[in-house]
Amino acid sequence: MNGEIEAKKEKEYLFDKPKNVKRLLNFFYVSLLVLLLIEFFIHKHTFSPWEEWPGFYAVFGFVVCVALIFVAKYILRPIVKRKEDYYD
Amino acid sequence: MINTVPPAAIFIIGALLIPLLRGRLKSIYLLLLPIVGFINLINIPEGTHWVIKFLDYDLVFGKVDRLSLLFGYIYHLISFIAILYALHVKDDIQHVAGFVYAGSSLGVVFAGDLFSLYLFWEIMTFSAVVLVWSNRTKASLAAGFRYLLVHVAGGLCLLAGIVLYVINTGSIEFGYIGLKDLATYLIFIGFGVNCAWPCLHPWLPDAYPESTITGAVFMWTFTTKTAVYVLARSFPGTEALIWIGAIMTAFPIFYAVIENNLRRVLSYSLINQVGFMVCGIGIGTALSINGTVSHVFCHILYKGLLVMSMGAVMYRTGKINCTDLGGLYKSMPLTCIFCIVGAASISGFPLFSGFISKSMVMEATALGGMNIIWFLLLFASAGVFHHAGIKIPYFAFFSHDSGIRTKEAPLNMLLAMGIAAFLCVFIGVFPGPLYSLLPYPVDFEPYTPFHVVSMSQLLFFSALAFSLLILSGIYPAEMRAINLDADWWYRKAGIAFYRFCNTPLNSFRLGMQNLLSSVVDSFTKLSEGIHDPVIHRRPMGLGIFLSLGLISLLVLIYMLSLYGRF
Repeated sequence: MNGEIEAKKEKEYLFDKPKNVKRLLNFFYVSLLVLLLIEFFIHKHTFSPWEEWPGFYAVFGFVVCVALIFVAKYILRPIVKRKEDYYD
Repeated sequence: MINTVPPAAIFIIGALLIPLLRGRLKSIYLLLLPIVGFINLINIPEGTHWVIKFLDYDLVFGKVDRLSLLFGYIYHLISFIAILYALHVKDDIQHVAGFVYAGSSLGVVFAGDLFSLYLFWEIMTFSAVVLVWSNRTKASLAAGFRYLLVHVAGGLCLLAGIVLYVINTGSIEFGYIGLKDLATYLIFIGFGVNCAWPCLHPWLPDAYPESTITGAVFMWTFTTKTAVYVLARSFPGTEALIWIGAIMTAFPIFYAVIENNLRRVLSYSLINQVGFMVCGIGIGTALSINGTVSHVFCHILYKGLLVMSMGAVMYRTGKINCTDLGGLYKSMPLTCIFCIVGAASISGFPLFSGFISKSMVMEATALGGMNIIWFLLLFASAGVFHHAGIKIPYFAFFSHDSGIRTKEAPLNMLLAMGIAAFLCVFIGVFPGPLYSLLPYPVDFEPYTPFHVVSMSQLLFFSALAFSLLILSGIYPAEMRAINLDADWWYRKAGIAFYRFCNTPLNSFRLGMQNLLSSVVDSFTKLSEGIHDPVIHRRPMGLGIFLSLGLISLLVLIYMLSLYGRF
């Protein structure tokens, strides 16, 4: 009971409202789209052929990050994870 | 023109006076020390100063050129920020250790000979360990001892290299060395220990998270960057460094993703960032060395900022694990903003400092046609955003609400973070002043439309990966666990090896020893009492007979073996 009363008393913060989280995410998705489109309107000064491919950096960033998480979670963690008192 | 002194002297001698002062006077003195040091530094002209004859050698305490000067500037700047951050600390030992540590790092940077370099190198180790021990916990004591053992071993390796090098070349001058013979390899590895090269690195994520909250700013700055400096001075263009650096950028990211302790995440990301610098030294072109040095400058500020923000969180909540934190933006909004500025800088967002320095190293690899290295560094750039740029602010300040309600960080901490955050943005927006201080003339424009868009794409789509994985629940959950690293070799395997030597091998040795001594005993018993006429019972001849027989047998074997040879 006490907890509930306190929770009501506490001020509501920025991301306590789901609406604000949603707004932030929408803004984020729109900026992704803008970044993809803007690429076609700028001069590319490249060093290697793959940089010419449209959306190369976007695809690369997305793919390697997903790969990073999968490798860390499913390969590295099972190998190296130990209890916190392992060395004690 | 004022009379100048070696930069190290102001910090090291100045540090010794700290315990004599009290109250407000002490605070003023602490803040003045780096300022006085800086005024001294900017009045030192380029060239060689303070040469002292020692035996037949010249000790040089002031090799001042554009490379050492830039390290000098940033070391003074971060010392000021770090001491402002630590101003509330009442423990004199920490202040003294911090300044001696910073001073000895300056000593290495301005050393023109290998002897004084080695001297300051060792002072660094011993003053740094005090900042770990000052935490006064069991864990920090143990981590400090491990830190000390690793660095003393690295220091001995360096010393052995220096001695051989001086014997070979007859000179103790510290300049370009290059990989040639055993001596240079030993020096190379000695530097590598402090630089946290792969497999030589575990002291860093082991000891740094155990250091004091305020000492951490010193720790995260000096040891690795001083190692970067000596490598840039003595091994530029060494190809091995390109690969060492590239591996350093990549492997810690995987650890950082699954690590629970946020200060350990920062330790892994330190290795990742130093990797970019080492790689730049290995490439060895004017562009890449400029990239390395500017990255050192920016990195010290934004990494210091991240460490300070995590320190503030730890100071207020007493917690540092992802599993215990979350939702702190509600009670520590300023710290949260500063942390995000540091995170944006380390990730290399346009308008933040990492953007204008890391890209120089990237471009140097592209110009050199090193495609694999380029891809590794690009992967590392996306990865560093993932673990340092998003993970740290997200799990500390947002994520699930831990329910912790606390106060904003103390004023001195906020000021220190504010200065660092301001500089991160200032350098990002106006890179000109920093570029003008670099060792080589700069012909590099970071803000081309394509560069801005491509880096933004990389980072925004990495963020997309992060948010989709978090929303779908695939992102690895925070867990109360530790992850094995190369320190397993001396913390577990080393002990197991010791036990193996001690138990089976030692008992085997003891058994053999007992067996042999009982055989010898039985022989001596035969001649027992020879000289005692009273208990002379056994015929003396038997002992002599047996000895003679043994000798004859040996002679016979010897003769036969001789015979066999002919």
